[in-house]
Amino acid sequence: MLTPVTDTDGAPFWEYAARGEMRVQACGDCGEPRFPPRPCCPHCQSFAVEWRPVSGRGRVWSYVVPHPPLLPEYAEQAPYNVVVVELEDAPRIRLVGNLVTGPGAALGSLDPERIRIGARVQVVFADGLPQWVLA
Amino acid sequence: MAGIGLKDATAVVGIGQTTFAKRLAEDEKTLACRAVLAALDDAGIAPGEVDGLASYTMEETDEVELAKAVGFGDLTFFSKVGYGGGGSCATVAHLAAAIASGQASVGVAWRSRKRGSGPRPWTNTTVQLPTPAQWTRPFGLLRPADEIAMLTRRYMHEYGATRDHLFNVALACRNRANQNPAAVMYERPLTREMYMTARWISEPLCLFDNCLETDGALACVIVGKERARDCRRTPVYVHSAAQGLPAQHHGMVNYWNDDPLTGPAWTAARHLWKHADFTPDDVDVAQIYDAFTALVPLSLEGYGFCGRGEGGAFTEGGALEIGGRLPVNTGGGGLSEAYVHGFNLINEGVKQLRGTSTAQVPGAATCLVTAGEGVPTSALLLRT
Repeated sequence: MLTPVTDTDGAPFWEYAARGEMRVQACGDCGEPRFPPRPCCPHCQSFAVEWRPVSGRGRVWSYVVPHPPLLPEYAEQAPYNVVVVELEDAPRIRLVGNLVTGPGAALGSLDPERIRIGARVQVVFADGLPQWVLA
Repeated sequence: MAGIGLKDATAVVGIGQTTFAKRLAEDEKTLACRAVLAALDDAGIAPGEVDGLASYTMEETDEVELAKAVGFGDLTFFSKVGYGGGGSCATVAHLAAAIASGQASVGVAWRSRKRGSGPRPWTNTTVQLPTPAQWTRPFGLLRPADEIAMLTRRYMHEYGATRDHLFNVALACRNRANQNPAAVMYERPLTREMYMTARWISEPLCLFDNCLETDGALACVIVGKERARDCRRTPVYVHSAAQGLPAQHHGMVNYWNDDPLTGPAWTAARHLWKHADFTPDDVDVAQIYDAFTALVPLSLEGYGFCGRGEGGAFTEGGALEIGGRLPVNTGGGGLSEAYVHGFNLINEGVKQLRGTSTAQVPGAATCLVTAGEGVPTSALLLRT
């Protein structure tokens, strides 16, 4: 499986995720949240940064169900879902992830028929990666 | 408008292409040379007169190799455009700007690619773009088809677009390919049943929503309008040209701004029409970038052929077919002629305005050509 190739801007997200915490980058001056993380604020150009805790609740904004050909370890789990989740606390922050039956479950563990745009979801963590379950 | 302006200052006077196939024996460099020499021969211009070049950053045959092989003269302008298929029309736009401003006099744009027999870029896990590598690929959003399927699902949800609308796009392209002996799908008709029962690639996109995987190369030649009058072929003028990278846009995975369903087409279109003497209503035929069927309804909205959310419905009633409201991709497009990062759409636009297309729109005098939607893009308005 591919693990996140982190960079300087994104590293704090993964450090918090490893502790089971979801935080998003926000401007340390004007307070505007932003994703993906980047060096400065596109609204006020400030380089001040804070990592703001969020509830981990959200709604499915869209989803796909990939089928092979895929990379081998993904093909083994196909068809699986990939979702984009819009965060309840910050609606313009949308995170790509997988909707699963529980923490650590396989990518294809949830029947795709159960997924709907708008469905309420909650983040869970497994091995430092965020996953999503139906709320 | 300040400056010399691009409007009708340059023209495409030569086009060339190789055979298109799933697998060609020759390498990309050889195919590039063949397409470029064919385009120059079509124009009646000697290779030694070429002084300007433009291609894609993903093009593997560089200027030095090409110039040495085909015998170009001294080059005074060469440029490359990024973002894969988003750069197709920009190659012509850069040459038009260079020629109009005196940086070059004879320009060649080209693309040579063995995407049919060569590797699929997404299978290379060591060379990944930084944002997908961190935020999307680990979750199994691996391929361009997955990334665009995500926007497609949201588009269908918000506006009621259907798989039948996407089929209309696939069918129009296939029907035109069935008229074009050079198209990979020349002898392969498509039916609604084939489409609706096809295997999924990434739901909601099936096999026929995805472009071909093709080996092939194309090129075109651009000169100033005075020189164009002396060339062998009817000049096809570059009437307007634009690139587009909207504020806060993110190529392919554009999930992170206020309105992900308005993409680069909207930005390019505003500039394109601002500098044009005609409007979307006056476009006789369009070549719309079709790596995936869903990009066509989005582009129809972006370039102003219909309103927000109306792109799906626009495809109904044979609108995209010959005789319809807006015939598109009349050589078969990336879906059914060849997928060479959209360069075949440029050459097909030229054929239409010369009156030599295999699916000729009677009297076509204006053509829109677009590059990839969903990535930083570019577009051209061509006219006779």
